[in-house]
Amino acid sequence: MIDVIRAGLLSSVQDLGRYGFRHLGVAQVGALDPLSLEVGNRLVGNRPEAAGIEITFGPTVLRFLRATRIAITGTEFGATLDDKPVYSWWSLPVQAGQQLTLNAAKRGMRGYVCVAGGVDVLPMLGSRSTDLGAGFGGLGGRALRDGDRLPIGVPLPRAGSRGFSPDAPEFGVKAPAWCKFILVDEPVRRGRHATGIAWAPPIRVLRGPEYDLFTDAAHEAFWSDEWLVTPNSNRMGYRLAGTPLERKQKSDLLSHGVLPGTIQVPPNGQPIILMSDAQTTGGYPKIGAVIRADLWKLAQIRLNGAVRFIPTTEREAHNALVEERKYLRQIDVAITMHDERCAREMAPAAV
Amino acid sequence: MSPSKSLTSSPPRIYTLGDSALVCELPPPATLACQQRVWTTAQAARDWPHVLEVVPGMNNLTLVIDPFAADREALAERLRTAWEAAGAAPTEGRDIEIPVCYGGQYGPDLKAVAAHTGLAANEVIQRHAQGEYIVFFLGFQPGFAYMGGLETALHTPRRSEPRVEVPAGSVGIGGAQTGIYPAVSPGGWQLIGRTDVPLFDPTRTPPTLLQPGDRVHFTIAESHA
Repeated sequence: MIDVIRAGLLSSVQDLGRYGFRHLGVAQVGALDPLSLEVGNRLVGNRPEAAGIEITFGPTVLRFLRATRIAITGTEFGATLDDKPVYSWWSLPVQAGQQLTLNAAKRGMRGYVCVAGGVDVLPMLGSRSTDLGAGFGGLGGRALRDGDRLPIGVPLPRAGSRGFSPDAPEFGVKAPAWCKFILVDEPVRRGRHATGIAWAPPIRVLRGPEYDLFTDAAHEAFWSDEWLVTPNSNRMGYRLAGTPLERKQKSDLLSHGVLPGTIQVPPNGQPIILMSDAQTTGGYPKIGAVIRADLWKLAQIRLNGAVRFIPTTEREAHNALVEERKYLRQIDVAITMHDERCAREMAPAAV
Repeated sequence: MSPSKSLTSSPPRIYTLGDSALVCELPPPATLACQQRVWTTAQAARDWPHVLEVVPGMNNLTLVIDPFAADREALAERLRTAWEAAGAAPTEGRDIEIPVCYGGQYGPDLKAVAAHTGLAANEVIQRHAQGEYIVFFLGFQPGFAYMGGLETALHTPRRSEPRVEVPAGSVGIGGAQTGIYPAVSPGGWQLIGRTDVPLFDPTRTPPTLLQPGDRVHFTIAESHA
């Protein structure tokens, strides 16, 4: 069991999402930064699809009722376990009664707390993720509140091995943000933007089916503007603000499927990037689509922050996923080595 | 809305949406015959490898695919073949009555629809309630049914700025379509009324009240023209 002492801005139970019911209008939901959740689950010996707690910005306080193993991934929170500082991307033992405090996110926007065995709420339509829009899944179909108590599942045999036991030492892995694979091939920008805010991170985008319906001026603005992520953005979509994107002619499209990453432009010309909780179909023209490998980066952009779009190809989009898999394999190797080291240290005592 | 010969010969446009979806699309107008073909093709595509979701739209079909493992070209070819092989399946829909409180606080855009269509608000209500609507597909949010059959006189474009919060049960018009929002959500349709009939329950099998092919009839529970 985990006691939610303080839920914070927006915390919810999320796994890798709900699939197979999209034709009934059921959204994908799931972690906005699935790469962080996958790494977090690996750090505590879970299957990649186990559910964790998604924390938006913080501050959040959790208490563990049993000795177990946890990991924080995603952004850095300046977290403490009782009074001891703990870092993201580390696998930590916790003792019964210890309290984890995640202060405000230092850079990004979202983090994940994973626990050995996973958050074991009742799966609904094949997933433990909270659907905040439709109000089901997760804990009561809603965001976590102060005083909630979350059930923890039985750890896998792997999670019960020496390396993941509550008394095995802590160990950490490299965060994806520090890895070369997330870099984009373009000239490096140094210093700060004239407005004083950091440079907007580049997000790779493929042209959408209605790209050609927009004017040349719209194309120019789309690729060169720094787009403000307005405070009106949420898990359903990021509403951007910048140069209005005009179409050559106005016409309503017939409703069609949309998915996380789709960039649609309503008649006011201000684009919306659809996120995990987005609706399954829409009617606005789609100027582009964020590639799968860059979706998690969006999850870490703050409200009132900015993004830039850079054009990419299907081949680059696929290569980016290959790089992401390589990164996850490196994590697996690091974890296996940790586990074997722990087993060796135990071996002499057993002889 | 009977099947036309030109429909069977018009080839679909098949294209990608980002790196994670394939779309098969027929040009307007939307017809029931075309939609029945969409349903048949969707049924076939559900079992294909690396296809995660099959989402019918209005006159179109979107396959959500595994962007790492899927062979887009092979799937596109398979989609083309399946579309050509699909005949219009007969519809065995049910008749479902949905009571609606029209206008006033329940339909904040009723006046806008009246202004756009040139009809009196009361006439918009009468005409909307007289129609028979066929569920073409579900989408947007759990249990939201897109329905065909809205008479031309009532067609009204979506709002230029979508609402951040539309109340659950709201009945709206978006272009040539009409539908009901099952839960609170953002939305761009013109709202003309509201119902309290539940449209989605994740513990029920199937979880949605309406299915493709159903015939929906709205009744006037209250009228605030």
